Amino acid sequence: MPSIIIRVAGPVVVAENLVGAQMYEVIRVGERGLIGEVIRLEGDRATIQVYEDTSGLRVGEPVQATGAPLQVELGPGLLGSIFDGVQRPLPLLRDQAGDFIARGVTASAIDRTRTWEFTPAVRAGAVVEPGDLLGTVPETSHLVHRVLVPPTLRGRIEEIRAGAFTLDETIGALRADGDRNAPLALKLAQTWPVRRGRPYARKLDPDTPLFTGQRVIDSFFPVAKGGTAIIPGGFGSGKTVAEQTLAKWADADIVVYVGCGERGNEMTEVLAEFPRLTDARTNEPLMRRTILIANTSNMPVAAREASIYTGITLAEYYRDMGYDVALMADSTSRWGEALREVSGRLEEMPGEEGYPAYLATRLADFYERAGRVVALGKEARVGSVTVVGAVSPPGGDFSEPMTQNSLRVAGAFWGLDTGLARRRHFPAINWITSYSLYDLRQWFVDHVATDWEAQTGEALALLQKEAEVLEIVQLVGSDALPETEKALLRIGQILREDYLQQFAFHAIDGFCPPQKQYWMLRVILTFYRELARVIKRTPSLERVIKTSAAVTPPIDNLVPAKKERAPSKSENAVEPEGATALADRGTLLERAMALPVVAEISRMKEWQHAQAETRGRALIEQIERELGALR
Amino acid sequence: MRIQNSKPVVSADEPFEIQNSNYELRISNSSLLTKQYRTLSYVSGPLIFVERVQDVGYGEIVEITGADGVARPGQVLEVNRDRAIVQVFTGTRGLDMDTTRVHFTGAVARLGVSTEMLGRMLNGAGEPLDGGPAIVPETFRDIHGEPINPFARDHPSEFIQTGLSAIDGLNTLVRGQKLPIFSGYGLPANEIAAQIATQAQVLGTGERFAVVFAALGITHREASFFIRRFEASGALDRTVLFLNLADDPTIERLITPRAALTTAEYLAFQHDLHVLVIITDMTNYCEALREVATAREEVPGRRGYPGYMYTDLATIYERAGRIKGKPGSITQIVILNMPDDDITHPIPDLTGYITEGQIVLSRELHRRGIYPPIDALPCLSRLMNAGIGAGKTREDHRGVADQLYAFYAQGRDLRRLVAIIGEAALSAEDRKYLAFADKFEQEYIGQGNTNRAIAETLELGWQLLSEFPAAELKRIRQEHIERYRKAIGQSGIGQSGNRESGDRESGIRRSVTS
Repeated sequence: MPSIIIRVAGPVVVAENLVGAQMYEVIRVGERGLIGEVIRLEGDRATIQVYEDTSGLRVGEPVQATGAPLQVELGPGLLGSIFDGVQRPLPLLRDQAGDFIARGVTASAIDRTRTWEFTPAVRAGAVVEPGDLLGTVPETSHLVHRVLVPPTLRGRIEEIRAGAFTLDETIGALRADGDRNAPLALKLAQTWPVRRGRPYARKLDPDTPLFTGQRVIDSFFPVAKGGTAIIPGGFGSGKTVAEQTLAKWADADIVVYVGCGERGNEMTEVLAEFPRLTDARTNEPLMRRTILIANTSNMPVAAREASIYTGITLAEYYRDMGYDVALMADSTSRWGEALREVSGRLEEMPGEEGYPAYLATRLADFYERAGRVVALGKEARVGSVTVVGAVSPPGGDFSEPMTQNSLRVAGAFWGLDTGLARRRHFPAINWITSYSLYDLRQWFVDHVATDWEAQTGEALALLQKEAEVLEIVQLVGSDALPETEKALLRIGQILREDYLQQFAFHAIDGFCPPQKQYWMLRVILTFYRELARVIKRTPSLERVIKTSAAVTPPIDNLVPAKKERAPSKSENAVEPEGATALADRGTLLERAMALPVVAEISRMKEWQHAQAETRGRALIEQIERELGALR
Repeated sequence: MRIQNSKPVVSADEPFEIQNSNYELRISNSSLLTKQYRTLSYVSGPLIFVERVQDVGYGEIVEITGADGVARPGQVLEVNRDRAIVQVFTGTRGLDMDTTRVHFTGAVARLGVSTEMLGRMLNGAGEPLDGGPAIVPETFRDIHGEPINPFARDHPSEFIQTGLSAIDGLNTLVRGQKLPIFSGYGLPANEIAAQIATQAQVLGTGERFAVVFAALGITHREASFFIRRFEASGALDRTVLFLNLADDPTIERLITPRAALTTAEYLAFQHDLHVLVIITDMTNYCEALREVATAREEVPGRRGYPGYMYTDLATIYERAGRIKGKPGSITQIVILNMPDDDITHPIPDLTGYITEGQIVLSRELHRRGIYPPIDALPCLSRLMNAGIGAGKTREDHRGVADQLYAFYAQGRDLRRLVAIIGEAALSAEDRKYLAFADKFEQEYIGQGNTNRAIAETLELGWQLLSEFPAAELKRIRQEHIERYRKAIGQSGIGQSGNRESGDRESGIRRSVTS
């Protein structure tokens, strides 16, 4: 009996007489041959999620099993590509089908006509294991593509050739152990099923930061190479800009950017911008180190579900060559929703908020594919995959299942704050709620400065303190605060505006190297220490109030009492002694804040990176000088 | 005609009324392949189940004829062996199990589109309402459209001057963007949308937009407001109106925005027009979606809306944009009412996740008589950076906007504080921010019904900022401060001429009562 469709409901299709079908096997559905994947088996009936629009599909149309699971093609030529969620190259689809994505179109993932210069690294007769280096191909001028023995093969090299090859041509032959048949042909390209992580020798502890050039991240909440971070935030809080900024500046060798159910115009922005921007480390266009996967929100929902697996498989492939890869997934919530939609069509029992009960498992499986590993093979190459996942919680409420389940597996949490975004504080990462579990102290000590951690710790403590004081201000107003606390508020403001805020599109400030971060922070903290010293020399507010209680109203009336006091100096002169002292100190802080150094601090962002240390030292001297003069 | 073995079928020569020439499917009625069934097994809400069907496609368009002889359009939502679940766009009232005939048309929903549609008024399914002649389609298009290949998209970067400072200056609209207006019941979102539709132009070209207007469940009064405004401004002959009013069938609302966007795509990408699509009110669309989902007994997501609402809305909103090598564009202004002014309600929430920003209206500003009552803080335009700057608006645009935002946010915070501790507890500096926030709302946002050029908007921004010393303008580059900052004292903000310049239409500006 032929295999035919018996039910169509959105992206879910049920077929019968599909004997021998396997879970996650790829099926061609209907007369148009739409791509689908088996997600449930029941007797001879298979439930298939279809990666393309199913409109017009009829009961009775044929289905065809392909015998293979959903897999991606891996080989030289991936860099600089843009794919949809099931690795169809979008430029080729456009050539074939026009500006709109038509159905049933297939295209080879990697250019098959292009030739690559292959230099063998082994000789005929060599015995090779999975992951061993067969040879190299210069994929871009700065990236050597290492052609490896596929993870499933081992044996003796019968033949290996140098020269220019296309992906389909044979570069050599390998006789598997104990195999008497003809030797296996070796090619530049191989395939791998997306839902299975590529094997590695062992996992390493992450101890190197993935440097992002974003001060709030690197200084306070760094993520390790091979680590995982999540960026949850309501709409408009800057998730996508954050992801794109990381894709631009992160010091990874390769970036895989997965636009999973997001806006088409945002992918276009990346496509328009990345070829123009240069990678500071190689002076090549950024696009040359980037692979884009674009499955926008209006593209089929099942392909969206597959897109993050496609992305991470590509990332693992380059990891195995010994590279540091960063995967940006924007947004994992859309992936979760795709899961929910398919689950709903399967009429599964829903878990929390309609998500399937296996959401947490699937998420953990995905995030655990990140890591810093020793790859298979004799070379013991070390590579990493870092995953940064954006999360879009409904209503900006972090208690929803996607955020909570992601938190369980993520090592760094960069919580975006709609309130900060609304006042145009970008990146809107909330410094109170965010955290990083990675211990990268040693790296910063070795590579930046020994007191890096002491310094960032001090700054973070100040910011925490500021938040507490601001709560008090909510109750009593800032005028009622002691001078030291007022100074703290000023420093908090400087830290927020002149350090944490960073304009992603600024020519200089878009990327801030670690040395510059260190000096900027050092300048601000020096200023605070000097300022505190100036202010502490005069008596504290409490003492002033006590001593002046006889002549000034009691503390309860302090606030209303000020109503009559105009801020001008002439009136202060006629006020009682205690208040005069108060006004003097007030002006001391005001005078300190009006010093030229304060203006210079706010210009630090625009300092040339190379001058950060010399200008930082000079500014510190200036601070000591100017504030010293105030005392 | 295929004969069903179960029940007698209507014979092919029975007269079949062609009411809607705009649907190709109805024309194909005479085709030999049409199938009719009288095998209803279940009717509930907008859904019917039809049994023993053969060769029915998912998403196929269906025509249901009840005892009254009126043909109603519907669509297949699911096929399971020989049972089809059909949603009836115009409702199931009056259908019975015995005499209802279901006619499967064999094709997915397609709309006949034509440039002649400009200047016409159509119902929610695309049939003429204005008594004019039937529209002769130049071609037929699947109303669900196909996703634009992200690689084929061109990045939107052309500044649109709407004449409203809160949009032009702070949340710039560019060609090919989708920007919703989050409104609340009783707030003048319609006025703002109409104003944008009639005033919008690309700077320097003076080029006007063709407008495709889709009304989803709005009242007759609201619809006639738009028509009058379009008429008054002479925009009506470059407008296509799709009207599904409050008393029109609910489920028809599910196809109205798609029909409108199909028309827009045809005008933009076949005929190179710049099309502005206005859809109001998406809240009604989502209600219709929920109604169908509930009738299907689907597992509900948040607040009973279906879990796939994000995807469904995306298939509407994502049909905006530009395509490489094509001069036309589709810009979307979508109006939705936030139930109970709650921005975290699923409808505005999911919309905000898809659209490229949002304009949010404030009841408080409206009560204080400020028009347009745009609450700047939660507003956003994601494509702003691409549309502004040197050569487009002016080099200092970004900095000025960020600085205004920063000060205004500070002023708003202080206003909350004042409510608790009183203004007296504020420092002199804090009072400056407070005063700035008031002035900003009154003068920058509350421009009344005027049309401000972008240069005026920027100038006004600098006048407001001139109250602050240059060192405090941290968001603006040093060189721009030097070039554009005005000295304090020469800011005659309240008297700037633009207030008197407009006022073409009364009834929108209210007197300031506070």
